[in-house]
Amino acid sequence: MGCDAEVWAACERSEQERERPRCDATGSHQFARPLRLFAGDAAAVASKDLRIEWRARTSLGQMLPFAVLVLVLFGFALDANRPTLRLATPGLLPMTMLFVTVVTVQRSVAVESADGARRMLLLSGMAPAAAFAGKAAAVAVQLLIVEALLIPGAVLLYDAEIESIPLVLAACAAATVGLAAAGSLLGAVVAGVRAHQTVLPILLLPVSAPVLIAATRAFADSFGTVAVDGWSWVGLLAGFAAVNAVVGAVAYGPLLEDT
Amino acid sequence: MTLPEPEGASVELPVASYLGGPARTGSRFTRWLGLITLAGLAVVAVLGLLAVPADDVQGDAVRIIFVHVPSALGAYTALGVTALGSVMWLWRRSVWWDVTAHAGAEIGVLLCGLTLVTGMLWGRPTWGTYWEWGDVRLVTTLILFLVMVGYLSVRALGGDADSVATRAAVVGLLGGINIPIVNRSVNWWANRTLHQQSSLTDGKLEDLTLFTLFLALVVAAMAILWMMVHRFRIGWLERQLQARDLERALADRRAEARP
Repeated sequence: MGCDAEVWAACERSEQERERPRCDATGSHQFARPLRLFAGDAAAVASKDLRIEWRARTSLGQMLPFAVLVLVLFGFALDANRPTLRLATPGLLPMTMLFVTVVTVQRSVAVESADGARRMLLLSGMAPAAAFAGKAAAVAVQLLIVEALLIPGAVLLYDAEIESIPLVLAACAAATVGLAAAGSLLGAVVAGVRAHQTVLPILLLPVSAPVLIAATRAFADSFGTVAVDGWSWVGLLAGFAAVNAVVGAVAYGPLLEDT
Repeated sequence: MTLPEPEGASVELPVASYLGGPARTGSRFTRWLGLITLAGLAVVAVLGLLAVPADDVQGDAVRIIFVHVPSALGAYTALGVTALGSVMWLWRRSVWWDVTAHAGAEIGVLLCGLTLVTGMLWGRPTWGTYWEWGDVRLVTTLILFLVMVGYLSVRALGGDADSVATRAAVVGLLGGINIPIVNRSVNWWANRTLHQQSSLTDGKLEDLTLFTLFLALVVAAMAILWMMVHRFRIGWLERQLQARDLERALADRRAEARP
């Protein structure tokens, strides 16, 4: 099944959900229905993107080798010096995550640009905010898969020692949501543009600077390289994620209609 | 600049404005404003370079304040206008606000660049270095500059005017979210900055220095207003040209369809 068929199937599922009765005899589902509809639409879009990625094997076949390659190249750039690499690990990890985000979002944009899939998404009648949430969730899942390899990779290659696993997990989760939200929004900004592969990094990397700063500080605490309060930086990461998610949910509709 | 008439037009269309508003960039108001601004700049240059005494601590480097502070405040104001214009475009679909946002971004990027250059020139004799990574305001101003350069990249993508406006508005909105972070960062992370507190409020400036600074701020405000009016009118005329080209193409097609 091609990209357009996947989108069409997701749209059909969304339409069936929309046509179900508004509430049962007691009316108890009246308030839960919009939320369930939103979650259903978002899940349909996310599962559609992930199924396409799974069949194309892009995440496993290209993202993971790319992430490992970046880790190895950082080793060369820092003169293969283990103490230096151990100290730099908190900064190198978010940098690698940023690069992987750029590649993942470019792939996400390409999937949506093929065969007028964006137009079909618009015609499906689902809330644009739900479509945005689905796209961002799919990017976030792919990033988390890559991070599941990155962290052990840094431990093995850079001799880094994790002192607080909950802090690492929280920093990864918050940074991933922020990057996925900002990336999906800016991906929609450049969608359908011939030069989108060069414009996306110009837009995404400066906007993601707070993620780089905050994630570096949080990882520095969790890897024990600098004595800072890592949880407060996780709070900043969560704030960044919330702001970008809200802006994305609001702006995705006009972007779908106009671009 | 006046609206040019395309050569070889097959269908005669009036040159009259399609959107209303001005048909040229200059006016009696802007000419007088420009002359007064030029005179003001000359007065500020004489006062700042000759009359104001050198600072006890900073020496002659203090004179950079007459360019640095007005350009920084002007940059924040112009980029704030861009953020507001972006919101208004997404909310009300107002062409006036879209053109204003574009004008604000171009002037804001120019002033932001001037702020960074003058800040670095001041930092060398005062801090002993052109760039200080520990200074949060410096770094975040650079990030803001890069985000807005991305905004102008999106503007330069070309294509349908409404589509470009929506794409740019989302980037402008994200840039606008960064402005309060840039402005207040010195207070949020005060223990990590080399930046001095506001020169206007700490009461350490001499009377003539303070007067020259206020005069520089007024003159800079007039210069920014002059640039905004002219850039706005250029953008407005560009929109008119696009609208007229579309009208002409439609009229040509209708003429072909007639027996």
